[in-house]
Amino acid sequence: MRLRTHAGTRSLGVLSIAALAVTALTACGAQVDAAGADPSAGTADSCVDTSGDTVRIGFLNSLSGTMAISEQTVHDSLQLAAAEINADGGVLGKQLEVVTEDGQSEPTVFAEKATKLITSDCVAAVFGGWTSASRKAMLPVFESNDSLLFYPVQYEGLEASPNIFYTGATTNQQIVPALDYLAEQGVESLFLVGSDYVFPRTANKIINAYAEAHGIEVLGEEYAPLGHTDFSTIVNKVRSADADAVFNTLNGDSNVAFFKEYSNAGLAADEMPVLSVSIAEEEIGGIGVENVEGQLTAWNYYQTVDTPENAAFVEAFKAEYGEDRVTSDPMEAAYDSLHLWKGMVEKAGSFAVADVQEAADGVSFDAPEGTVTVDGDNHHIAKTALIGRIGADGLIHTEWSSDGPIEPDPFLEGYDWADGLS
Amino acid sequence: MDILNQLFAGLSLGSVLLLAALGLALTFGQMGVINMAHGEFMMAGAYTAFVVQGVVGSAGVSLLVALPLGFLVGGVLGLVLEATLIHRMYHRPLDTLLVTWGVALVLQQVARDVFGAPNVDVTAPEWLSGAVTVGGVALPKTRLFILAVAVVCVATLALVLQATPLGRRIRAVVQHRDLAEASGISSRGTDRLTFFIGSGMAGIAGVALTLLGSIGPTLGTSYIVDAFLVVVAGGIGQIKGTVIAATALGLMQSFFEYSTTASVAKVLVFVVIVAFLQVRPQGLVTVRTRSLV
Repeated sequence: MRLRTHAGTRSLGVLSIAALAVTALTACGAQVDAAGADPSAGTADSCVDTSGDTVRIGFLNSLSGTMAISEQTVHDSLQLAAAEINADGGVLGKQLEVVTEDGQSEPTVFAEKATKLITSDCVAAVFGGWTSASRKAMLPVFESNDSLLFYPVQYEGLEASPNIFYTGATTNQQIVPALDYLAEQGVESLFLVGSDYVFPRTANKIINAYAEAHGIEVLGEEYAPLGHTDFSTIVNKVRSADADAVFNTLNGDSNVAFFKEYSNAGLAADEMPVLSVSIAEEEIGGIGVENVEGQLTAWNYYQTVDTPENAAFVEAFKAEYGEDRVTSDPMEAAYDSLHLWKGMVEKAGSFAVADVQEAADGVSFDAPEGTVTVDGDNHHIAKTALIGRIGADGLIHTEWSSDGPIEPDPFLEGYDWADGLS
Repeated sequence: MDILNQLFAGLSLGSVLLLAALGLALTFGQMGVINMAHGEFMMAGAYTAFVVQGVVGSAGVSLLVALPLGFLVGGVLGLVLEATLIHRMYHRPLDTLLVTWGVALVLQQVARDVFGAPNVDVTAPEWLSGAVTVGGVALPKTRLFILAVAVVCVATLALVLQATPLGRRIRAVVQHRDLAEASGISSRGTDRLTFFIGSGMAGIAGVALTLLGSIGPTLGTSYIVDAFLVVVAGGIGQIKGTVIAATALGLMQSFFEYSTTASVAKVLVFVVIVAFLQVRPQGLVTVRTRSLV
C-alpha cells in the first residue's frame, strides 16, 4: 500500500484504529481455553523415570510478560527450596533436576508448557501458575494426564481438583478472617474497590453475603478495568460514600495509581483504612511506602513473622538473591509447596501420582508462616490468617492473627451465610 | 460539589491525555508515522525521573531536573529510531506500525532487564503532597502540577510552531511536503527535528506520570491507545484539535464513569468516538489543503 504522507489523513485514521485494536487485543491477553489439553495424550502410564539418582520436576512461572513482575519472585523462591532440598540429600535419596518453562503470562502457553513438562520432560510434579486464568487453563491438562500441579497463590476458592494442591489461601483463610477483623474493629460500613475480573467479583460476592449476615452496610462497589490508571473518579466516589473502611481487591499496577490518588486526595489510613488482599511486601516498593503506610493487608505470611523457620528462610533468600530483596506470601507458599511435596513423596515412599495423592492427607511442614498441614480431601492446606499493617520500613507487621491454623473450606460449606454462593 | 469534583477530575484526566498525545500529534500528524513505541518513550521518561531521583536525592529538585532531562532522553530515543528505522519506510505506514511495535517490545524488555521486573516508585516532592481545597473541592496538588505542565507544553509548542523559523518549516512540510521541498526546505532535517520534539514530549509526559501511577516496563501500553484516540479524534496535524479532543475525552470519561462504572465508561467513550468518526472521519480540526486526495 502506497500512501502519500501529506494526504492520507483518512487512511491513516483507519490504520491507527486498526493499530489500537491490535494493542487492545494484546493487552487483554489470550482467551482462556485448554488448547494444550489434548485428551488423546492422556495416559495414566506416566513416563516419570525414577530409576536413576535424579528425579525431574517442573517449574512453570511467567518469566516474561505482565505477570513476570510477580511470578519471577515465586520462581526464585522455588529455586531456593530445590537447592535446599538437594543440599539436604534430595527426595527419597534422589537429587531434584529442575526443568524450567516460561508461561509468558498467557493461559494458553501455560497449558502448552504444562503438557510439554508432563509428556516430554516426564516431570514428577509441576510447581507454578499465578493467575486464576492460568490455573483454569492448566487444570484439564493435569487431570487428563493424571499429573500433579502445586499452585502457590491465594485465590477465589470454589475449586478442588485431585490433581492440584493449593498451597495459597482460599477465601475462608484470607477474606473471611479479614472481614471478621474489620467487624471486630467496629466497622459498620464498607466500600468495595476491585479490578474487573473473576477474583474481585467472586470475592465481593462473598463480602456482600458476609456483610448482609453481619449487619455491615456496603455503601458502594466499584470495578476498574485491569491496568486502569486514573482513579480520581473512583476516589471521589469513595470519599462521598464516607464508609468506615475500604476493601481493596485491585490487582497489579492499578494499586499504585489508586493509593497515590487516595493519599493525594487527603484520605488517610486512620480515618478510612484500606484493607488489601493483593498487596504484599514486593508491591510496596512500587507503590511507595509513603502512600500506603498504616494501611491494612490480609495474608498468611509476612517477612516479619517471628518464627525460627522464617528467620532462616529470609536469611537464605537474601543471601541468594541480595539484601534488598523481600519475601512475600506467594513466595513462601511456593517454598512450602516443594517441601510439602517432598513430605508427601517420602510418606508414600513413591513418586507415583496415585501414591502421593493417597499419602497427602495430614502431611505437614514447619513453614516460615508456622506449621501448615495438607487436607487430603480438598488438597488445600490449613493456614493461619494474619492481618497486617504496613509500616514505615516498607514491611508488613502482624496486627491480628486467627486462633491457630484455619481448616481450608474452598466452597465455604461451613458458613451459613455463604449458602447459595457456590 | 460532586459535579465540581468530577469537572476537575475530567480536566485533569484530559491534561494527562493531552501530554501523552501531544508528541504523537506532531509525529503522526506531520510524518504519518504510526509510532507504537511512543508509549515506551514515555516509559523511558518515567525511568529517567526514577534514575534522577536516585542520583539527586531530594524529591523536589529531582522532579524539576527530570522534566528537561526526560525531554532529552525521549527526544534522543526518537532521533535514533527515526535515523535507523523509520526514515527507511516513510511511505509504508503498515510497516512502520509493525516495526515500531517491535521496537516497543524490545524497549520494554530492555527496561525489565536494566531496572528489574518489579515496578519502582518516584517519591512526589513535599510541596506536591496533599490537596488544595477551593470552595469545597479538593484539588490534589500533583494533578494541578500536571495540568500546569500540560498548559506550558502546549503553549511552548504553539509558540514554536507559530513564531519560529523551525515552526514555519514544520507547518510547511505538514501542509505540502513536495511544495515545501521545492521551496528549498530540507524536509529530511525538519522530519528529524519534529521527531525529536515529538518524542521529547513523550519523555516529559512520562516524568509527569510518575506523580500519578507506578513506573514499570509496560507503563506506556496503558496510555498509547488513549493517545492515538485523542489524535485521531482531534484531527491529524493540528495541535488545537488535540487539545480540544483531550479535554473532551477526559471530561466524558470522568462523567460517564461517575454515573456508571469505569469499564462501562470506557466502552461509552469508544462508542462516542466511533460514532463521531463516522460523521467526521478527518477528526475535529483539519488542515485544509488543495491536494486532490
